[in-house]
Amino acid sequence: MVAPVVLVIGVIIGFPLVRGVFLSLTDANEANVQRDIGVNHIPATYKFTGLDNYTAILTDDVFWNRLGWTVLWTVACVSLTFLLGLTLATMLNRTLRGRTFYRLALILPWAIPAFISVFTWQMLYNEKSGLLNKLLAGGGIDAIPWLNDPTWAKLSVIAVNVWLGVPFMLVTLLGGLQSIPGELYEAAEMDGANAWQRFRNITMPGLRAVSSTVILLSTIWTFNMFPVIFLLTRGGPGDATEILVTYAYRLSFVNSPRNFSECAAWGVLILVLLSAVAVVYRRALRKQGEVW
Amino acid sequence: MTRKRHQRHPLASVGLHLALALAAVVAVFPPLWLLVTSFKPTNDSFTTSLFSHPTLANYTHVLADTPFLTWFKNSVIIVGLTTVLGVFLSATTGYAVSRFRFPGMRPLMWLLLITQMFPVAVLIVPLYNLMATLGLLNQPAGLVITYLTIAVPFCAWMMKGFFDTIPVEIDEAGRVDGLNPFGTFWRLVLPLARPGLAVTGFYTFVTAWAEVAYASAFMTGEDNLTLAGGLQTFVNQYTNDWGSMTAAAVIIAVPAALVFAFAQRHLVAGLTAGTTKG
Repeated sequence: MVAPVVLVIGVIIGFPLVRGVFLSLTDANEANVQRDIGVNHIPATYKFTGLDNYTAILTDDVFWNRLGWTVLWTVACVSLTFLLGLTLATMLNRTLRGRTFYRLALILPWAIPAFISVFTWQMLYNEKSGLLNKLLAGGGIDAIPWLNDPTWAKLSVIAVNVWLGVPFMLVTLLGGLQSIPGELYEAAEMDGANAWQRFRNITMPGLRAVSSTVILLSTIWTFNMFPVIFLLTRGGPGDATEILVTYAYRLSFVNSPRNFSECAAWGVLILVLLSAVAVVYRRALRKQGEVW
Repeated sequence: MTRKRHQRHPLASVGLHLALALAAVVAVFPPLWLLVTSFKPTNDSFTTSLFSHPTLANYTHVLADTPFLTWFKNSVIIVGLTTVLGVFLSATTGYAVSRFRFPGMRPLMWLLLITQMFPVAVLIVPLYNLMATLGLLNQPAGLVITYLTIAVPFCAWMMKGFFDTIPVEIDEAGRVDGLNPFGTFWRLVLPLARPGLAVTGFYTFVTAWAEVAYASAFMTGEDNLTLAGGLQTFVNQYTNDWGSMTAAAVIIAVPAALVFAFAQRHLVAGLTAGTTKG
């Protein structure tokens, strides 16, 4: 029963991965890969070039600039999402009227496909006639070029991604909060611990397992978040909001001629970066005594 | 529910409700605005009034005069196949990893986890070339295979977490009663893992329904687009049909929201089982 499963997984993941690494070591592009034009079969003519792609990328400013913004984007998105998610989860974990209503309302952004939400935000951000600028105009404030000014565009994409990501944080952290036994809080109150002390000494340690997982997952997802940036700004204005993934995509599916090998090399570099982050993160957790 | 927490200061209660209400408005407003806009006449898409002249014109236009139904059909076929195959593959994989010890198991587990980190860019080029070679570009099968590579690893990981919580004694009982390994899996273990299957199905569905990068790269030509690709044709540098866009977006969002509503009870359990008990 194991064999077919391993086979299928190996084929659908292993093969493209190995081939991606191989392509990154060649000079393959649109003009020299194997293709069929009508009845003519043109064999591939690209050559093995070793690490040329990698040295070219790593010695070019474009990579480092994109990496800087990608890291900023990931850190900003993940920390804001986590803080907001934790705040809202703590609030929802109290006894209060209308809890179910608030909970359903707050997870709504999760239920809607991301590309739909992104289109909606694009509409709200519209510089000439979008709702946000109309509201500002009502308050006598000049229109803001949400997606056309580098700084505003960066803030705008982060805002949308945080809006998309909070529900996942909220739901998982709420699950984590509810698994902390109530007796712990009662005992702490008896001992005269104030709210902040209870939060620091019971809630935070109780949430550690869940939060370390969701932070790692959301770091990986944000680092590779394609639709928000691709659909909202196309990486623009200029390349102000282009993260590594959207840039790599542009290399082989937007630019012409399509540069397959360089795109693959960018992909491998992204994968290496993320794996390094994950390994370091795991090791840090293990030092704190996490079994994960 | 301690006595003390019942005696929350009234002001604190007001603050709590105000903060939650504000957050709820921020969360609900964009989708709600989308819904409202979709009922406005095309020329009024950007008016701030709520219901100036409500009309169904956008919906009838999208359904009757654009290839929207074709895209919808394409998406349903692709996503349906992906979900069925994805759930089956991840359940069998998860079960295999949970129950059997075999050489190469640890590397396989690692491969499943690391796939989460695969950026679109690593796989998209080899998959694109592979699809081109096999003649699967512009074919639903091409996208189905692609989506399986995204969804199956994570789902298999989640399913392993679920199967780990089902006692091995159940498998043994099945074998004693003369069932073969697949029979045990199919008739005894799988029914117990139903919440896991719900989460897996949900995740696969949503991943495929909302995928943009592969769909935009692999499918070209008006008749082959999926919803994600088709929607982009309404508003781009050439056209600005916000009316059709909003109506189409609402129709696309509804099935996803329904599936979500069905699966959301199990989501937390599924995500935490899969990710913390690795």
